[in-house]
Amino acid sequence: MDLSFTAEQEALREAFASLFAHTAGTDVVRAAEPLGFDEKVWDQLVRTGAPAMAVPEGLGGGGAGFVDLIVVAQELGKRLAPAPLVEAVVATNLIAEAAPGGPLLQGLVDQDRVATLALQPVASGTARLVPAGAVAEVLIALDGDELVAFERPAGARPHVPSPPNLGASPIADWSLDGPDLQRTVLAGGAEARRLHHRARAEWQLLMAAALDGLRSAALDIGVEYVKSRWAFGVPIGWFQAIQHRLADVATAGEGAQLLLYEAAWARDTGGADADRLAAMAFLYQSELAQLTTRESLQFHGGYGYTLEYDIQLYFRRAKAWPLALGDPARLACELARDLFAPES
Amino acid sequence: MDFTITDELADVRDEAVRWVAEHVDPEWADIQHRSGDYHTPELHQLLARDGWLGAGWPAEYGGRDRSPAQAAAIHQEIAALGIHEDGWSTTDMVCKTLLHVGTEEQKQRYISKALAGETVIVLGYTEPDSGSDVAAAKCRAERDGEDWVIHGQKMFTSTAHMATHVFLLTRTDFEAPKHAGLTLFMVPLDAPGVEIQPTHTVGGQRTNTTFYSEVRVPDDARIGEPGHGWDVMGVALVYERGGGGAGRTGPSLTDRVAGWCRGQITPEGTSLFDDPTVQQRLARIAIESEVARLLGLRVGWVAGQGGMPGVEGSMAKLYGSEAKQRHYSAMQDILGAEAVLTHGSPGAPLAGEVDTAFRYAIVGTIYGGTSEIQREIVAQRRLGLPRSRPKS
Repeated sequence: MDLSFTAEQEALREAFASLFAHTAGTDVVRAAEPLGFDEKVWDQLVRTGAPAMAVPEGLGGGGAGFVDLIVVAQELGKRLAPAPLVEAVVATNLIAEAAPGGPLLQGLVDQDRVATLALQPVASGTARLVPAGAVAEVLIALDGDELVAFERPAGARPHVPSPPNLGASPIADWSLDGPDLQRTVLAGGAEARRLHHRARAEWQLLMAAALDGLRSAALDIGVEYVKSRWAFGVPIGWFQAIQHRLADVATAGEGAQLLLYEAAWARDTGGADADRLAAMAFLYQSELAQLTTRESLQFHGGYGYTLEYDIQLYFRRAKAWPLALGDPARLACELARDLFAPES
Repeated sequence: MDFTITDELADVRDEAVRWVAEHVDPEWADIQHRSGDYHTPELHQLLARDGWLGAGWPAEYGGRDRSPAQAAAIHQEIAALGIHEDGWSTTDMVCKTLLHVGTEEQKQRYISKALAGETVIVLGYTEPDSGSDVAAAKCRAERDGEDWVIHGQKMFTSTAHMATHVFLLTRTDFEAPKHAGLTLFMVPLDAPGVEIQPTHTVGGQRTNTTFYSEVRVPDDARIGEPGHGWDVMGVALVYERGGGGAGRTGPSLTDRVAGWCRGQITPEGTSLFDDPTVQQRLARIAIESEVARLLGLRVGWVAGQGGMPGVEGSMAKLYGSEAKQRHYSAMQDILGAEAVLTHGSPGAPLAGEVDTAFRYAIVGTIYGGTSEIQREIVAQRRLGLPRSRPKS
């Protein structure tokens, strides 16, 4: 067992921590609302090659692994950076596997196009509330028996308005029978389902990492607040009612982080339980991100309810981001059936 | 990043399994369960005879030329059979402390007999009025010529009724600050004035309340300098911390509950396992169990890196013990009305194993530092929050 990162991974973390600190301060995050997308942040990410960082080097990507990817996603989550990197990485990986030589991948590696994934199968010709749907030019969706790439013409972002939403995320419907959409079938049948399932597991893993960053930043905000806010003649962090609750979310949070690392390692090493671990990490990080932001917000007292304090930015996204996948209880059931399948 | 768990005891495991198969009667688990005595003298003697208690100890104190890894594997195999070795774990801990703070004569006297299985040492820290606040101990030891005279009471002196000595925390100075007036003694449990009363627990384990009435011990039974008891206890605490090892893995209790659900047909004619509320609870148990396992493994990893896993140990203990209580409670719910049937009761699902685990898990969040003490450690040492309890 080794819980340390390589020197390269540490350098990667530092580089992206610095990038997000410079481009995505909370003023930028606030200014990007309600759309939740900032062209400058996205442009900076594209310049670093982040969306294609896990694409094999031979195909023009960065050849990174998932432990590398989660390092970047954690830093993004800490800053709530308004850029759909998680979706872009997952969709780009999928295209690199399904259509490695095609112009679609070239367009993503060389240009600043945003690609995303419909996490749910398409129903009645519409991919509903696609994450990054308002700003993406490329959508991968499971349409019936086929895995299809839909491309919309270039133009100013957002391409469509995003409905007002809790997380100020650029979610939007894609109507897939539109005349200006170019439709490319990437795979069919079992292969289509396999690719989509894998991409969905990758999204869970990277979203777990973004939530881990969000969670740990929200904990820091809460801890700093209770140290500096005084009541009844003492800093409120003196009270055990507050200390113990923060200790609980800190403890579970560190455990959740270990689970995230294990899931990324399993993905990189081709572990048979990689999908299961991704689901476990996602479910646990979703729950803890919500609990941690709630506790931090609660300890802000009335200020936590105002828009002025940053903790609300974290609180709203902690609930909203993971909901893109739907009711987590359904994923939990899927996980249990998988974990406790009878011995064959 | 690497989560590969190498079984460091792999080379010696087969040999350990053989020794256990030859010498250990699986029936002892049931006997322990029925009696509540988590120490089997017969087993203890066998381990001593074959040198497994002395493995890894210096020869001059009775250590034996046996592989410590193999001894560890044997203890794991015994634990896997559901047999507790509480008498050995406290004896081992006290002897390790003696190795650091005992006089040469004390090491010769106590350690060699402990490794030979002749002495069994238990802990006498907790009192009726002091549990977590262990330094508030009031059990009094007074100097009387060459001797000390001890007077007081201890709680949870587990295994005392089967042991020879108690490692006793006493107050020798009532004027000094709380932590500076403590002294430890090795008190023979057959000394005049010692009385042992049983205390029974919800988990079925028998523990004891011990009374000390004008118990006289010589000065050479004193461990460490007078007034330095707190530091001596600190040495012992280091040995209480430990990481999770690879150990043996079989189907977990969660796996068995899931299997039980598959075999249950509901009035609607479907398997209970197909009930989404059951699946959700099983998924949660699986996730939290994995988190607990990882927090435990991290303790060992930090220690292996030369670090002192204080906060990590607290986190692992806090999370793991709290999670177990939630999990067994949820398992009881899943088993339904029959879950209340205890071990040995006709028709008890999974032979009452969940009920047994549920009862025993109660103490996990209490002993070895309550959850509240662990949270305090995490809040102050990890989060940097101010010390909240009054100074004393």
